[in-house]
Amino acid sequence: MRRALTFGLIGSIVAWHLSLVGLVAAFAERWLIGQSLTFSYVVLLALILLVGYLTARRVSDWTGLAGAALAGLVVGLALWILALIVTEVNLRDAFVAASPSLAQILTFDRGVSVPSLAILLLIGAATGLIGGGIAWIPATGRRIVIGALSVTVLVGLLRDVLGPVLPPFLMRFLFSPGGGLSLPGAVIVLGLAIAIPVMRSGLRMQRVRQKGVLPARVLRRRRLALRALGVVFFVSFPLWAKLFLSNVADFVGLYILMGLGLNLVLGFAGLLDLGYVAFFAIGAYSMAVLTSPELGAFTLGFWTALPIAVAITVFSGILIGLPVLRMRGDYLAIATLGFGEIVRLLVLSDWLKPHLGGAQGVTRIARPVLGPFVIDRPQEYYYLILIGCGLGWFLSVRLRDSRIGRAWMAIREDEDVAQAMGINRVTAKLLAFATGASMGGLSGALFASLVNSVIPQSFSLLVSINVVALLVLGGIGSLPGVLVGALALVGLPELLREFQEYRLLVYGAVLIAMMIFRPAGLWPEETRVRELEEAAEEARETARTGVVAASQDGV
Amino acid sequence: MLLEARKVTKRFGGVVALSDLDLQVEEQTIHSIIGPNGAGKTTFFNCVTGFLVPDEGEILLDSQPITGLRPDQIARLGIARTYQTIRLFRFLTVLDNVLIGLHPHVHYGILDAVIRSRRYHRSERAAAREARELLRYLGLAGKEFVVANNLSYGDQRRLEIARALALRPRLLLLDEPTAGMNPYETGQMITLIRRLRDERGMTILLIEHDMKVVMNISDLVTVLDFGEKIAEGKPAEVQANPLVIEAYLGRGAASGLGTIAAQAPRDESMPNASS
Repeated sequence: MRRALTFGLIGSIVAWHLSLVGLVAAFAERWLIGQSLTFSYVVLLALILLVGYLTARRVSDWTGLAGAALAGLVVGLALWILALIVTEVNLRDAFVAASPSLAQILTFDRGVSVPSLAILLLIGAATGLIGGGIAWIPATGRRIVIGALSVTVLVGLLRDVLGPVLPPFLMRFLFSPGGGLSLPGAVIVLGLAIAIPVMRSGLRMQRVRQKGVLPARVLRRRRLALRALGVVFFVSFPLWAKLFLSNVADFVGLYILMGLGLNLVLGFAGLLDLGYVAFFAIGAYSMAVLTSPELGAFTLGFWTALPIAVAITVFSGILIGLPVLRMRGDYLAIATLGFGEIVRLLVLSDWLKPHLGGAQGVTRIARPVLGPFVIDRPQEYYYLILIGCGLGWFLSVRLRDSRIGRAWMAIREDEDVAQAMGINRVTAKLLAFATGASMGGLSGALFASLVNSVIPQSFSLLVSINVVALLVLGGIGSLPGVLVGALALVGLPELLREFQEYRLLVYGAVLIAMMIFRPAGLWPEETRVRELEEAAEEARETARTGVVAASQDGV
Repeated sequence: MLLEARKVTKRFGGVVALSDLDLQVEEQTIHSIIGPNGAGKTTFFNCVTGFLVPDEGEILLDSQPITGLRPDQIARLGIARTYQTIRLFRFLTVLDNVLIGLHPHVHYGILDAVIRSRRYHRSERAAAREARELLRYLGLAGKEFVVANNLSYGDQRRLEIARALALRPRLLLLDEPTAGMNPYETGQMITLIRRLRDERGMTILLIEHDMKVVMNISDLVTVLDFGEKIAEGKPAEVQANPLVIEAYLGRGAASGLGTIAAQAPRDESMPNASS
């Protein structure tokens, strides 16, 4: 009972917060299913579901469900009270979002009245009850249900993005003309999202029952097939994706490249670099200074400027690395943070204006020319960025599985012991800094050419934070994690424009949730583990065939 | 003479951790350093491995001074160590732990790693072979792909030694290798240390609190107290030395309690946080 009230109150506070910062009102524009369910309702319902779930969790009898319903009821009541306050008192001086339209949304256009109160309480209690019910489903089922609900919401949100990509008849069927999914569309998406994982887990169970673990050969073949599929997908992407998607893909790609670079530094060598944007900026400005006729210093072509820009970044990586390498942990983070800001302030300064363009930045940066073709559309840049990412990925894998990667990991785990093992920490760390910087620089150079101009504002601290956050989100040290992290942290917000304004709020919430539920990241470094398992399996197989051969010899 | 310390002094603020310490370690011997907590034993290890630089005096390996060299340089010269509290790379596999120990003996450049040249393959294969051989030697065969953190306590101690051996050291510094072990594991460790000397020709410098171990395997014992050497000699000689008994049991005890000196310090065989 007390538990239910506590969670209900916490939920109410969150609901009030979301409403008053304007999130609910902003999301009300977005229809999710037909003209009946907007995204703001989904957010509030999800909140009540969560409250109900938390209340009923670890309570194994019916009081848990009752508590969940009660907690949901409390949140519903709180929302109604908020609507009441908003209509009666003018809070708009303090909270811009506390407008009558918010009250309209909260009360389903019925005004602050007895029927709307009844509806809110009913919905609150029912949703809380469902949330409590979710807590009763066993873990695998729960994961599937939650995953399916999220997928459905996501598909509904991505309507405008999928629009140009999917064939028209499918679009007409899945989505309703006013916006959002059509009702049958929603049912089908939800059904598929539930059925596919259920079937997969069923198949896996069956296979395990039949012959234990999959043999290494099958696994390898499957991985090869997956890889081929991935290559086809990435290479063909601009052909079926339209301009907008290609643009987003370009930005995601640039972040992936940066993520790969920082992953070498932070993920492999364990050096928390909070000024990674410095390398991005140095790469971009090198490209700008070397190619733009505006500054007049150099007017090189793109292809000559690119290696020079990367070389400059590598050099600056070593330069920045040298003084800070003796520092550890927090001190290193603060020092690199400083370097990031120094670079931004330098390019912004009037002092260097004749050379770097000052606050106006530099425009007319060279486009890459391939024979008679000039690469200037996002779809074409996509391939450049793809090659860059491929190169970064390749380098990361090769270095990780070498003595150099092992030295980095040793330093990450225990710097003193690494030294006692004969690892020169200065060269190892400088190498990490330099390689990481090269990828940041490449990303920056491509960025400068892509947007055709650089301005100091593009190189704020937020970029560094984004890159660190995408690593954390994907799983520090994991290469697929970089991909997933960049898609989730850079791609999704680009696609869902409503999120833009509340980006930081969502970041914070997501990161906290990650720390609690998936501290290792969305896609933690497990390929290595799998490889090891395969190696062990192979060893076992050879041993077995060896025994068989030996016994046959005996006969 | 493999290792020689000449008048080594190390101060931390006003505390003199090592004072004018002279120590000579003969090739292919097991040399133990004992003494009460805070006697400066681990400080001496840190000076030898380069993590601390002595304020005065010098340390020579094979008559070459190594004072002032970086820890990784000293490691490459052939001094390897283990730690009082186990310091493995806990989240890496057993094999990777040993491979990291082999780092100075795997030779290829960054380019070899990127293009996976023949040199890369050859070196990596040789390193893996050597690592597996070492693991077999220490009885850890079959656990190559276990994450170090998941090993049992005794196995972790052994892995730490395997990692140190991977450096192909001439001098092995063991800091309380039997701390926290049960009598059976301690027995195994004693056998292992002897085998390292006899089969691999290793020189071993040992810090140990368990007197049974010290008396059992040492060729020579040095006793430190407050950073000074108060006695040195064969185990039996040291055991009978009144200065040693006094250092362990306090003044006055030396008069009549000499006979139990061998057992008494066993109270200290608990793994202590510092010494």
